Formats: sequence, structure tokens, C-alpha cells
Amino acid sequence: MLTWLVRRLIQALFVVLAMTVIVFIGVHIIGNPVDILISPEADQAERARIIANLGLDQPLWRQYLVFLNGALHGDLGRSFVFNEPALKLIAGRMPATMELAVTAVLMSVVIGVPLGLYAGLKPNGLLGRTIMAGSILGFSLPTFWVGLMLIMVFAVQLGWLPSTGRGQTAALFGVQWSFLTWDGLRHMAMPALNLSLFNISLVLRLTRAGVRETLPMDFIKFARAKGLSPARVIFVHVLKNIMIPVVTVVGLELGSTIAFAVVTESVFAWPGMGKLIIDSINVLDRPVIVAYLMMIVLLFITINLLVDILYTMLDPRVRLETKG
Amino acid sequence: MSAAITPPAPATPHPREETPFRRFVSEFAESKLALLGLGVFVLIALAAIFAPWITPQNPYDLAQLDIMDGRLPPGSVSGAGYTYLLGTDDQGRDMFSGMLYGLRISLLVGVGSALFAAVVGTTLGLLAAFFGRRIDTVIMRLVDLQLSFPSILVALMILAGLGKGVMNVVLALVIVEWAYYARTVRATAMVERRREYIEAAQCLALPWRRIMFHHLLPNCLPPLIVIATQQVARAIALEATLSFLGLGVPITEPSLGLLIANGYQYMLSGKYWISFYPGIALLVTIISINLVGDQLRDVLNPRLTR
Amino acid sequence: MNATIEVRNLRTHFFTRAGVLKAVDDVSFSVARGQVLGLVGESGSGKSVTGFSIIGLVDPPGRVVGGSILYQGRDLAKLSEREMRSLRGDRIAMIFQDPMMTLNPVLRVDTQMIEAIQAHAKVSRAEARTRSRDALGMVGIPSPEERLESYPHQFSGGMRQRVAIAIALLHNPDLLIADEPTTALDVTIQAQILAEVQKLAADYGTALIWITHDLSVIAGLADRIAVMYAGRIVEFGEAASVLDSPVHPYTNGLIGSVPSRNKRGERLRQIPGMTPSLLTLPPGCAFRTRCARADATCEQEPPEGTVSPDHVARCFHPMIAVPA
Repeated sequence: MLTWLVRRLIQALFVVLAMTVIVFIGVHIIGNPVDILISPEADQAERARIIANLGLDQPLWRQYLVFLNGALHGDLGRSFVFNEPALKLIAGRMPATMELAVTAVLMSVVIGVPLGLYAGLKPNGLLGRTIMAGSILGFSLPTFWVGLMLIMVFAVQLGWLPSTGRGQTAALFGVQWSFLTWDGLRHMAMPALNLSLFNISLVLRLTRAGVRETLPMDFIKFARAKGLSPARVIFVHVLKNIMIPVVTVVGLELGSTIAFAVVTESVFAWPGMGKLIIDSINVLDRPVIVAYLMMIVLLFITINLLVDILYTMLDPRVRLETKG
Repeated sequence: MSAAITPPAPATPHPREETPFRRFVSEFAESKLALLGLGVFVLIALAAIFAPWITPQNPYDLAQLDIMDGRLPPGSVSGAGYTYLLGTDDQGRDMFSGMLYGLRISLLVGVGSALFAAVVGTTLGLLAAFFGRRIDTVIMRLVDLQLSFPSILVALMILAGLGKGVMNVVLALVIVEWAYYARTVRATAMVERRREYIEAAQCLALPWRRIMFHHLLPNCLPPLIVIATQQVARAIALEATLSFLGLGVPITEPSLGLLIANGYQYMLSGKYWISFYPGIALLVTIISINLVGDQLRDVLNPRLTR
Repeated sequence: MNATIEVRNLRTHFFTRAGVLKAVDDVSFSVARGQVLGLVGESGSGKSVTGFSIIGLVDPPGRVVGGSILYQGRDLAKLSEREMRSLRGDRIAMIFQDPMMTLNPVLRVDTQMIEAIQAHAKVSRAEARTRSRDALGMVGIPSPEERLESYPHQFSGGMRQRVAIAIALLHNPDLLIADEPTTALDVTIQAQILAEVQKLAADYGTALIWITHDLSVIAGLADRIAVMYAGRIVEFGEAASVLDSPVHPYTNGLIGSVPSRNKRGERLRQIPGMTPSLLTLPPGCAFRTRCARADATCEQEPPEGTVSPDHVARCFHPMIAVPA
């Protein structure tokens, strides 16, 4: 188990390193940083001074090493717009995104698993078919459009829910959270639902497929032959088997959910790091873009690692293999 | 000489002759929903292609616009006596005309990027399957890396570097999509490669390019078609999303996504039509493609043979 | 006769899209307390479906459409699902063919045993656990206390089947249906399991229905043998009588295809052809397409002929003369 963990950690480290190269190349080479960083009004001498100041006259590999060194010390440059360390800026916006993404992922399980269970148990019923048709919509509708429709119906037409912002927040561990206040929850309802729509469809389909696959198994028939109640057969014997792939996928989806929060945050003006990155791209605030990308990559790799460990703990069969 | 050997054409062709293509068509037609999807998509595509001849107004010809007609609700009559079926946007553009022109951009970007990505991904997938070993490892590692990051993130990264523009969006979408094709084609080609006919072709010492594209490729077509259909829908949705975020196509060539974004600010004040109708057009397009794609998957997937 | 279970004219049909599949078609037999009935037939002959019909676990599109299943005088086919469930695993138990598939892979053995006890007896968890441990010990599992904490995949196939048997016998059932429980096991383990089940059944006076395709397995086990072909019992009688002087050509063929010592050097005979599809069953005797003795009369439905007071067969051309 330990050697396996160490090996996974080293692997993860290499991926992070590879991503720093890609991000560096992506941002420093494709777009010309000189054009971005220096105002067009600056004269020749001014230009040369700034270029030297930023180290842009150095060879590429040196620039990369400087960048890497900074990254290791938690220094990814200062935002041009906010004149604050980029990393600090991102970190400040992170809780808003995290609570939105985690809520969305939890919602996908709370809504997706029961629906999928039902659709799996009654695949030919009207409701079962409707659920499946709905999941196709959840997969194919663009998130931003669904968000707009939510606003149009629940904020503009019905006036039930607020359409923008985080609402009132309360502090916990020195961080402001929306989920701690009623007003915050009301603000979070639509964005979270919007963000979770894709995941709901995914979890729903996964659960349904799992039910269809598990039900004809001998061990289910044997459980019924023991005289167990249908509830016990479904909620213990079937569900426990399905939860392994569902938890794995949901865990892995947390990363993409955080990434896709970019869209939802823009629609609902949710002040998270997704909205920040879009704003930063629009004004070409390069250090913030780099900081965001590095942060996301790190997040992804951490999540993948955690899911791997969780998966190993959940499935007794895998657990044994890694021991042996 | 050959004319003498050719048997005379039968007077009445057998109408029920079972060719693979005919079987495919009849199996596809089993789903009424898929036929509906196909019909709707063809209609949409025609409307987009012939937009300049259908629309009452060229929305980008400033001479035809009247700023006084800005943000009129659907059904309003213009100063020139023309009825704005779906209302107007803040520039006084007819939404119906704007929508069809936007549809053109959306379809162009969606289909174009899917085609490019198909070419790139298929070639790399075939190379990986055909040569194996190191080439396979390198290509598949790239595919894994690409697929482990969400499409929106990759596209954001590229557009952050390149800036707005129709071609930039297409490029970003190609980079996002190629891996799906490569993975699918490689998986199919790996199976086909071990079949006797490939071995026979190799025994004949045919050049590898010929084996790859004339022998291997045609057999990879069914899954390729399925993936391509799905990817067109995905590309259209992603392009709309990027344009909505202001990172996609420029304001001079607005796609449906950008039209929706333009109307967004007016939606809160109840002027829903500026965003709503382009949204519906986007929706119908994506759903119709997906309906076709789902049925194609069921018909072309050999594992699901009923 | 004081039968534990008496099946009369049982018909179980499967309503598939391709047509009605008569998996069990007019089957009658009875098993008395402490007796062993061998139910023999090729795969697809309906022997397993007969077992599932008795325990009430025929899944759609299948349904018991006729006949009665009398358990101590009560007709199981008329019981509600709830009443049936209280019998299942308590008075009537079943073990399955593949021990690798009978136990739920993600639940510990103690969980799967305790739930079986608590489904029918109001006892504490601790007591259920003690009883589970004793049951494991009884079927010959070493150090049962520790094994309770194991997952199924940590057992060998034979051990898993012992666990399944222990679970089936937890409540000392009146009837045990064993659906080819030794087919998937090694020959040596087969013999052990066979002997153990026989002993346990004899100790508690459990009536045993042993389903198998292998005549040699039940030769020394069964008191009576029923041979099934295409959903019907073609021959039924005392084990010795059926094995020593088979009357139906099919039974004769089955016996001929079993290798044995006193036929050394002889060619193994086999029954030509394949089991007919139940969807396209020819009228009359279902075996006639593969039968050397078949003629035009066989297109009629063969009546049940009595060979001796306890030996009947359905054939127009029996291997020995049926006394009129």
C-alpha cells in the first residue's frame, strides 16, 4: 500500500511538472507577453527597460526556470489589474467556487442516485423512460443556456430566487461561506442546480446501468432466496455494489465541475475563481491566468489521487490486490 | 471487349436486394425520433446555408438597420413596414435574420472543427494502431493527458493565449476534440489489424500508407461516424459557451452563443426574446444532432446487434 | 403419502417477444420428509425453472401460469409475496450453481449471514453472530470466528459453496433446493459437499431437491429421480429402478453417456442432435427428433405409462415392455 502510494505521488509530481511546462509555453509563447504587458504608448527605451525588468530578454529555458522557482515559492506574479499577488487573489475566490462545486456534486448524488435507481428498477415504465429522456437533455444542453432559463423562470418570471451574487455570508474557519445563511443558500440554489445538471445525468445513467447489471446477478437472487425484504435487497445488496463506480466517477467529476464552474459563475455573477479567470482573460491579466491554471492542475491531480485511495478503500477486491 | 462480357442489365432491378447500406438505412429509420431529428437538422442546415436569400434583412449591413427599432418585441412593425417576427436586438437588428446568420457561424465552426479534428485524430489513431510500440505509447499518453482535463479548461487555456477569432475557436475545438477520435479509431484499428485481410495485404508488401488508408480506415468508419456526430453537437455547444463567455467568435461574426450573450443583460428587464430565440435555435440544433447520433450509435455499434 | 412438497401440473411460461416459452410444462412430483429427489436434465430442460417456481423467484417475463405447489398442504402459488417471503430462506431454502456468484462480493460474510437470520428470527445481532459462527463450523469451515469477518473473494470456490450451504441451512428448512451446487467445483470437493449436504439433510429431515445434469452425481444420493426434457418429466421413479432399467430412450441415452468402470473400453454413447428450442417445439414427443425409436405415432402426445408401481415414463416405444 505504501509503495503504491509513493509511486502514485511521484507520478503525480511528474504530471504537475509537465503541466508547468505546457502552461508556461501556452501563455508565454503563443501570446506575445510584450504586447500584453506594455502599453502601446510606451517609447522604445521604456519598452527595453520593462522587457529587461520582466526578464523577457532571457533565453526561454531561463525564463522557465525563473517561473518554476517562483512557483515553488508560491509566487506566480502580481495581478496587473488588482496589483495583488495572483495566488492570493485566486485563493481568496476559491471558497466561493469550492462550496458551489461541492454542493453541485452532492446534489448530483442526492438527485441522481434515486432517479437512476428508479429508472433501473422500472426501465419500461413511463416515468423510467421520462427520466432517461431527461438525462439526454441534461447531457446535451449547454450549461449557460440552462442557467439563463433558470434565471428567466425563477428570478424574472416567478421572482422566487435571486439571480446574482453570493448573498449573505457567514464566517467559518476565517472564511466567508454562503451555505451558512438562509440568504446565501437561496443565492446558491440556482447556480448549484445549474452546475450539477450534467453530473445528475451522469450519476443517473451510471446508477441505472449498475442496477440493470446487478439485478440479474446470482447473489441478488440468493439474497431474495434468503427471504430478505425488497428494501434490504435494493438498498443494501444492489446499492452497495453500485456505489463504488458512482463514488469514483463523482469524485473524478469534482475536478471538471470546478472547471465548468467558470460558465455557471459567469451566468450567475457568482464571485468565485471561475468568474475571476474569465474577467482576467478578457483584460489579459496574465499572472492571474497562470495562477488559476496551475491551481486547477494541482487540484485535479490531488482529486485523482484521493479518488484512487478512496476507491481502494471502498472495494474489498481492489484492496486485496494492492496488498498482495 | 469488355462490353461483350458484361451481362445485360436486368430489366427490373430487385427492389428488395439487401445491401449493407440499405440495411443501415432501414435500421436507422426504425426510430421515428431519429428521423425527426434528421429532418429538423436538414431544415436547420438549409436555413443556415441559404440565410442571405431567406432573411428579410442583412443584419450586418448597417445601412439596413434603424437604431430607432432597437429592442422591439416580436411581431412589431418596422418603420419600413416590415414585421419583426422575433423582435429586434439593441442595435435594431431583426432577430430572425440575426439568428439565421448566427446559425451559419455556429454550424460552420461546429462542423468545421469536427472535420479537422476527425482528420487529425483519425490519422494519429491509425498511426498508433498500425505502428504500435513507441509511437503508440507517445500518442496514447497525449490522448490520456488531453482527456484527463475538461474540454472547457483546455479551450480556455488556448483562447487565453490566442485571443478571439473564428479560426482560433476552430483551432481550440480541434485540440479539444482530436483525442476522442484518436482513441476510438485506435481501439477499432487494433482489432482490425489482427484480421487476416490486413495480414494478406502486408504479405503483398503493399505500402503502409495504402494499407492504412485503403484497408484499415474503411473498417474504422462506423465508430468514426458515431463519434463525429456526437462531436459536432459537442463542438457547437462548446463554441456557444465560449462565445457566451466572450472568448469565442468576435462581435463582427456573432454566433448563436454571442447573440445569447448580447441579450443576456436585457433579460432581467423582461426583454427575453433577444436571448431566448437564439437559445431555442441552439437547443433544437444540438438535440436534433444528438437524436441522429444516438440512433447511429445503436445501429452501427456491433456490440448492440439485436 | 405425507409429502413435504407436492408439485401438481406445474406450468411456468416465459412471455418473450419472440413468443411464449414453455419452460416448465405440466410437471408433477412430490418429495417426502428426509427424502432426496434428483431432478435431471440437460441445460434448458426446465429443471432450474422448476426450482425457482417452487421458491417463488421466477422473474418476468416468466410466470407460473398453472398447477399447484403444495407445501405441507398450502399452495405456494396462491400465497402473497409477503407470505412467500416469510417461508423463503426459513422453511424453503435454495443453493445455486456458481459459488463465485452467490455471495455478494462487497458485503462481509457475517453481514450476509446475520441478515439471513434476522429476516426470520427476532434475535439480537450478537446472538445472530454466534449462530452464524456455529453454522460455518458445522459445514466444515476452519476457524469460523475469523472467517466471519472475511469477504467472499477471500474464500475458495468450495469454501464459498459451504458458506452458501450454511446460510441455506441456518433455519433448518423443511425443503432445500440445490441447483447444481457442485458443478462448478473440483471433483474431490464435489464429493465432500455432496456427503455433507446429504448428512445435514438427513439429520434435520429436510426434503432435498437436487437439480443436476449429471446422473453420476445423484446416483448414490437420490431416493427418486425425475428426468426432465424440454419442460416435461419424461421418466420418474425409484432411483435404482430408473438407473438400472431406464424406460425412456432419453434416460437411456443420458446413462449411456456417463463414463463408468464396467463399460471400460466401450465407446461412450452420446445423444445425437441438440436440445430443441422451446419456442419451436414440435407437437407430440419433444424428443422424437433425436430419438432412434421415433415413428409417426410419436407425433401424438405420449401418455404416462406405468412401468412398476413407482416408476412411470412418457413414451410410445419404451425400452422395455410396459405392462398394459
